[in-house]
Amino acid sequence: MTLHEWAETLIFFLILLAAVKPFGTYMAKVYQGERTFLSPILLPCEHLLYRLCGVNGEEEMGWKRYATGLILFNLLGGAALFAILLLQGVLPLNPQRFPAFSWSLALNTATSFMTNTNWQNYSGESAASYFTQMFGFAVHNFVSAATGMVVAIALIRGFVRRRTSAIGNFWVDLTRSTLYILLPLALVFALFLVSQGVIQNFSAYRTVPLVQPVTYDRPKLDDKGNPVKDAKGNPVTERVTAKEVTIPMGPVASQEAIKELGTNGGGFFNANSAHPFENPTPISNMVEIFLILLISGALTYTFGSMAGNTRQGWALLAVMLAILVFSMGVLYWAEAGGNPLLAKLGVQGINMEGKETRFGLAGSSLFTVSTTGTSCGAVNTMHDSLTPLGGMMPLSLILLSEVIFGGVGTGLYTMLAFVVIAVFVAGLMIGRTPEFLGKKIEVREMWMSIVTVLASGILVLIFSGIAMIVPSAVASMNNPGAHGLTEVLYAFASMSNNNGSAFAGLNGNTLFYNLTGAFCMFIGRFAPILASLAMAGSLAQKKYVPPSLGTLPTDKVPFALWLALVILIVGALTFFPALALGPIVEQLQMVGA
Amino acid sequence: MKDLKPAILLFIAFTIICGGIYPLVVAGIASVAFPKQAGGSFITDRSGRELGSRLIGQPFSAPKYFWPRPSATTDFAYNPAASGGSNLGPTNPDYLKTVAGRVKALRDAGITGSVPADLVQASASGLDPQISRKAAMIQIPRIARARGMSEEELTGVVAAHTEERQLGFLGERRVNVLALNLALDNIKP
Repeated sequence: MTLHEWAETLIFFLILLAAVKPFGTYMAKVYQGERTFLSPILLPCEHLLYRLCGVNGEEEMGWKRYATGLILFNLLGGAALFAILLLQGVLPLNPQRFPAFSWSLALNTATSFMTNTNWQNYSGESAASYFTQMFGFAVHNFVSAATGMVVAIALIRGFVRRRTSAIGNFWVDLTRSTLYILLPLALVFALFLVSQGVIQNFSAYRTVPLVQPVTYDRPKLDDKGNPVKDAKGNPVTERVTAKEVTIPMGPVASQEAIKELGTNGGGFFNANSAHPFENPTPISNMVEIFLILLISGALTYTFGSMAGNTRQGWALLAVMLAILVFSMGVLYWAEAGGNPLLAKLGVQGINMEGKETRFGLAGSSLFTVSTTGTSCGAVNTMHDSLTPLGGMMPLSLILLSEVIFGGVGTGLYTMLAFVVIAVFVAGLMIGRTPEFLGKKIEVREMWMSIVTVLASGILVLIFSGIAMIVPSAVASMNNPGAHGLTEVLYAFASMSNNNGSAFAGLNGNTLFYNLTGAFCMFIGRFAPILASLAMAGSLAQKKYVPPSLGTLPTDKVPFALWLALVILIVGALTFFPALALGPIVEQLQMVGA
Repeated sequence: MKDLKPAILLFIAFTIICGGIYPLVVAGIASVAFPKQAGGSFITDRSGRELGSRLIGQPFSAPKYFWPRPSATTDFAYNPAASGGSNLGPTNPDYLKTVAGRVKALRDAGITGSVPADLVQASASGLDPQISRKAAMIQIPRIARARGMSEEELTGVVAAHTEERQLGFLGERRVNVLALNLALDNIKP
């Protein structure tokens, strides 16, 4: 790395780490109902919402009622988005007159945004109206993020509370997440992004002249808009000259801020955060990466603070940070070497395919590992065009079940499931009763942790396997050979783990991928959520066991190393064969050619 | 199902707050505080006519213009209505052929020595408005010939349109191709 890239990376992580404690403390206060500096403005709004919506804010819920409320709310929201997509053609705020989505695409997209995945089988600028973007997608960007956060908070309460069945009130947690945490940050950062050049308007798309007109071949269409074919069935093209181009507009900044902050990742435009209107400068790039990591990073402190052991929170953050930085290093190194097959042609420099000039390699690499370590899935670099080993980094981070920071809330509750497994296995190995934070880890907790950690992995392997024997699924590949397998593996990894980024060459808008994808996203989201809530309910009922000499300390370096090892071993055992057939084979082919 | 009512009503409330009020407030403040950026950073001529956006690249292939990076957008290069990358993998034979073709085009235009990767590899957005400084510098001899300008003068114009790293260390030094070419047309149409 060059000197300025070292500076860029180091200063970034220092700022991020500096934000963890104050922001983590703030979130702990919010969820424990304490006063914060925003309370004078927001407390009246919060109470008004409860009154209007029939919420009793004082009421506590058991895990089953908490989960029922969560599922009900999410299903209603998903149904509303499904309806918006099917009715897009007749809804307002549609200056480009985009028609409705097909039913399978609408189902995939509605599931995708409801589950915080934001997998996109459509191109924003040529398919989604401003109404859909604002009242459909942006709303889910907020509430699906809040949904993830409340599950983590409920699980923390499970560890902290004793001999009770109550784990909180879903409506209160959801409202506070949105009002006190997501909205104020999104508002401030959206405006900052506008200052850098991210657009925010409701104009129709603009037409500008080209300085140098461009001539190209376009498929000829008949009166009904169907492609014309010649006698042999090949599409007929016509030569046309474009003297002007259409530049898409829209309320992008408001979407951009929450899409990063809530680790949603759904781009306003097809190019996502690589688009100059979504991410115009190196500063906007670093700010977006900061937003992606902020809540998940700070939640580890919130956890430590609520559990009365902040060292425990830092230990989890250290594990996340170590794996993230390591992945960034490998990705940077792989890309800096360039593509050896092009070097033979006299091409010099890093692999620039699918990268933007302004971000630099450090800015592209950091974004790529951050967006896949968390379940964000926004991209400023096209992962499909990374070198094989480079592309294996984002893929591996997703396959580790999204715990390297992870999605907002989801990262923490999945990490806690890994902690439970690590404590249990360590306990067996050294002959001690497994305990964590004074709670005995028993069969039920182990089961729920296993479901949380392995649900997505099972989906990935089963559905990637099925895709390999379905001809239409194979036909969707954009690249031949090992790279094509990686595209499919990445697609199911991304959807099952609710990431949403893609090896985007794969044509996902087919009946097969729309439906299997929706299924993977749904199960990959709600199976771990239900398991985590069930574990919260079970833990909350247990009595506190004070630490004794026989207790394994979980907030010290040896346990952090052990935890990292457990995460890597579970990931490697599940996915090494698939990775060997995809990126690893391709890397060998590239170097050996 | 006593939780059905809050589920429905809260979802409606958040739809209004997060889907309506929030973007409107951002747009309202932005239109006062940063009207140019919020509107798309358009470059206008003296009569106020929009010539393009600073942030959205345009296709150039004539010898007298600086060429931008390759673009993989559908229909034609730099089609802003269809942003996106090629999504081609590094070992794809078709891709390697495409890049070899681009290298040849540069060689035919008189470029010798090593070729900067950004001039032959397509960007992520397909709309990348900038090229690296090196990619601009190696094009100067061709443009000097085509426009009858001196290489020194062109070097000066490139330097004037080079964007430095933000705060001195963020991102890469880069040259805005559209702004540069518009400046050339202004100096010597």
